[in-house]
Amino acid sequence: MSLAASNRLPVLRVAMSRDDLMMRLGVVLLAVVLLVIVGLPLWSLLSKGFEDRDGKFVGLANYVSYFSTPALFDSALNSFHVAAVCTLIVVPLAFFYAYALTRTVLPVRWLFQGISLIPIFAPSLLPGLALVYLFGNQGFFKGALGGPIYGFDGIVIAQVFYCFPHATLILVTALATADARLYEAADALGASKLRVFFTVTLPGAKYGLISAALVVFTLVLTDFGIAKVIGGNFNVLATDVYKQVIGQQNFSMGAVVGMVLLAPAAIAFLVDRVVQRKQVALLTARAVPLIPKPKLGRDLFFTAFCTVVSLGILTILGMAAWGSLIKYWPYNLSLTLANYNFTNFDASGWDSYFNSVEMAIGAAVFGTALMFVGAWLNEKTREFFLMRGIVQFLAFLPMAVPGLVLGLGYIFFFNAPNNPLNFLYATLAILMINTVAHFYTVGHLTATTALKQIDPEFESVSASLKVPVWRTFARVTAPICLPAILDIAIYLFVNAMTTVSSVIFLYAPDTKLASVAAVNIEEAGTTAAAAALCIVIVITSAAVKALHVLADRFLLGRLQAWRRR
Amino acid sequence: MPLLEVRNLSKRYGDFTALGDISLDIAEGEFVCFLGPSGCGKTTLLRAIAGLDPQSSGTIHQKGRDISALPPSKRDFGIVFQSYALFPNLTVVENVGYGLVSRRQRKAAIGLRVNELLTLVGLPDAGSKYPAQLSGGQQQRVALARALATSPGLLLLDEPLSALDARVRLRLRHEIKALQRTLGVTTIMVTHDQEEALTMADRIVVMNQGAIEQVGTPQEIYRRPATAFVADFVGSMNFLAGTLVAPDKVKVDGLTFGCTAQDGLAPGAKVALCIRPEDVRVRDLPSDIANRVAVEVAELDFVGAFCRATLKVQGTADVAMTADFSSNLIRDLGVELGRKLDVALPPDRLRVFAA
Ligand SMILES: Nc1ncnc2c1ncn2[C@@H]1O[C@H](COP(=O)(O)OP(=O)(O)OP(=O)(O)O)[C@@H](O)[C@H]1O
Ligand SMILES: [Mg+2]
Repeated sequence: MSLAASNRLPVLRVAMSRDDLMMRLGVVLLAVVLLVIVGLPLWSLLSKGFEDRDGKFVGLANYVSYFSTPALFDSALNSFHVAAVCTLIVVPLAFFYAYALTRTVLPVRWLFQGISLIPIFAPSLLPGLALVYLFGNQGFFKGALGGPIYGFDGIVIAQVFYCFPHATLILVTALATADARLYEAADALGASKLRVFFTVTLPGAKYGLISAALVVFTLVLTDFGIAKVIGGNFNVLATDVYKQVIGQQNFSMGAVVGMVLLAPAAIAFLVDRVVQRKQVALLTARAVPLIPKPKLGRDLFFTAFCTVVSLGILTILGMAAWGSLIKYWPYNLSLTLANYNFTNFDASGWDSYFNSVEMAIGAAVFGTALMFVGAWLNEKTREFFLMRGIVQFLAFLPMAVPGLVLGLGYIFFFNAPNNPLNFLYATLAILMINTVAHFYTVGHLTATTALKQIDPEFESVSASLKVPVWRTFARVTAPICLPAILDIAIYLFVNAMTTVSSVIFLYAPDTKLASVAAVNIEEAGTTAAAAALCIVIVITSAAVKALHVLADRFLLGRLQAWRRR
Repeated sequence: MPLLEVRNLSKRYGDFTALGDISLDIAEGEFVCFLGPSGCGKTTLLRAIAGLDPQSSGTIHQKGRDISALPPSKRDFGIVFQSYALFPNLTVVENVGYGLVSRRQRKAAIGLRVNELLTLVGLPDAGSKYPAQLSGGQQQRVALARALATSPGLLLLDEPLSALDARVRLRLRHEIKALQRTLGVTTIMVTHDQEEALTMADRIVVMNQGAIEQVGTPQEIYRRPATAFVADFVGSMNFLAGTLVAPDKVKVDGLTFGCTAQDGLAPGAKVALCIRPEDVRVRDLPSDIANRVAVEVAELDFVGAFCRATLKVQGTADVAMTADFSSNLIRDLGVELGRKLDVALPPDRLRVFAA
């Protein structure tokens, strides 16, 4: 009765303040930007799959011909096969490594942790090249695997190296958030160690394990560099896209393969989102952090385990580094820097490296600004739910989209003659934009998480004090989030240096990137110079990361005196 | 004219009604507490008044001006949150002066005003510290100084003391109240702590499930609770189930008690007869005193300044009530477990509510 009566009252329409108006405009602008750099390119790709070579609509014809071409269909099966096998290897390996890092007492724990991250700083090409040196036709241990390294085995080994840090990072987070009280309770009940492991540890890390498995699966499925170098005649989806587009200039079929690649990546992403939501609910309870106590037998075992894994990683990195310094593998093993004189191997010479650095800095600076301001706008704008929902969707979309697919979408969208943004095509700017778009989700998530952790009432206080909201952003919010902002910038820089897949379609002769040049050089058959270029990339991104760690420890400590009690 | 007029305010979240048709006047210079159990809508009402979470319908006027649809920045209030929301990277001086700087005041003037405020809240020397270096109570005062800096016409406090430990809370109660009196600033404070409301407020608004149960001075709320909910929520209260047999007589399990005449209730109605534990009389009972009953001491709980006794009413099946006995009384009368004695329930202290 009374509810019905009150429903008839006029619903209040609240006037907007200048702040509200500005922020809403900002959200709209952000939505437009994301639409242009993510939404529309994907849309172009989607529609391209329904056109023939001349751009005429042909319905599902391309898809029909795709699924009835056995060779193409086989590579889909190959892709899934490799991805599944790699997931089964990487996840347990990473789990025990993460377990060692979080639940046991390791000597030089920081070193083990650092080594596990190395693959992140390398283009995915690198493990492929190292394997060629180790097991290739003229490799050290040629025949040790009982067959040629080119193909399934090679891809799997290289992918394990490449995906390992991603899975480890996720699992370290999952295991680090354990509640000590659960273990105390289990101990008090006299449960055996094994039983505790299966009833407390594993279930606690369940969501982390699922998440890690999905991430590894998607990474393997969508990676291009490894399959390119060491795949041999073993075709996978990612190389198919490349061949269709670059080799046969069949853009429509490339688009179709891209969509086939997109579907599982998108599904994996959606599953992961659902899982992560559950994980958040799990973490809100007040937990007592678990601090491992020394235990000789266990610690020795895990130290040995981590040493073996670390040596594996270092061997692959070291092999690539050594190979890059050798005169003429395997006949003349004397050392030289000749392979670093890239002019002899690729027309762009060292320029590609400087392009990469320039692009990476640009992506880091502009990308971080866009992601942080964007996340802030979307988090702090009052009401305006529909538009904020759209932005949120567009910000999450890139995570579900393989780089190769996004790159392809960029060709179709930006190269269209009637697109006013056409002038961007074949510039360094488009590479930068593409990189920012490709890695948008993680940056957006990092920023959003940081923003959610600060008091939600800062804006309310500002409003009551009549201080414009942008001032509070500049004076309070952004300074507090400085660590997260740096994290995003470094993440963008490192990925911009190493990415291959999304930019391989987009470079022009004078905007070639180092990672792409490495692919080209390898294609031309000069493994040593390709390895040399990869090593330069590793050194650069690792150095930037090291600077970040140092800055975090020393500079931020001074700038952020207010954090101390 | 009241400073704040709230009329027919409702707030709905989907199908859930967080506030239903609230009307309330607050006078200039008053200290008003919104009191109620968790989830009753106190914060919702406060945030609607601030414009932070606007109401679904209804109007708010401040000083005669319709502010119902204005954004927070166009309203005139200062606010202190439970979390204080101090800016962690700004010093105390910068925090307190935050709202002054944007008003383009002279630097020297701002400095003076900030010092004045810090002295006012008792933190004259904390200016260069960061919030993390202050205790909870000190942070609370800084938040208060910041909210008062721009001399708002209305001060809103959302559970400002709930994050502090008991001792600090007691001290700050008095300080905030004294400060409010000195400045004369109209203040609304949300709390679910009845003691806080009783000691600090000029008037208390008792809320329950999105509606106002009673508005009154602390004495009115405590002495003459308007509803069984208020009687139960504020202070301790005995509820004896009975029947109204005459306008001023309630029968409880065979015993008849006289009370003040109940106009709103028809004879025969099921009622609850209520009395506060401290109102149960024991000492020096005249022989003709009304509502005299024989009881037996069934439990005796030491609570510090007094003992709370559970008394079984003799001649009834299971009627029992609690009464507060001072230590003196216990000694003088030799009260102990199992002891039988006579008590009286003064009619003017009895409240009757429909059950
Ligand atoms: N954003 C929202 N969406 C849905 N329901 C809400 C929302 N905010 C508050 N509520 C509901 O409205 C009711 C009143 O909430 P409110 O925060 O005003 O309670 P409160 O009286 O301040 O309680 P507490 O003492 O716990 O702070 C609660 O039942 C709450 O669950
Ligand atoms: Mg509240």
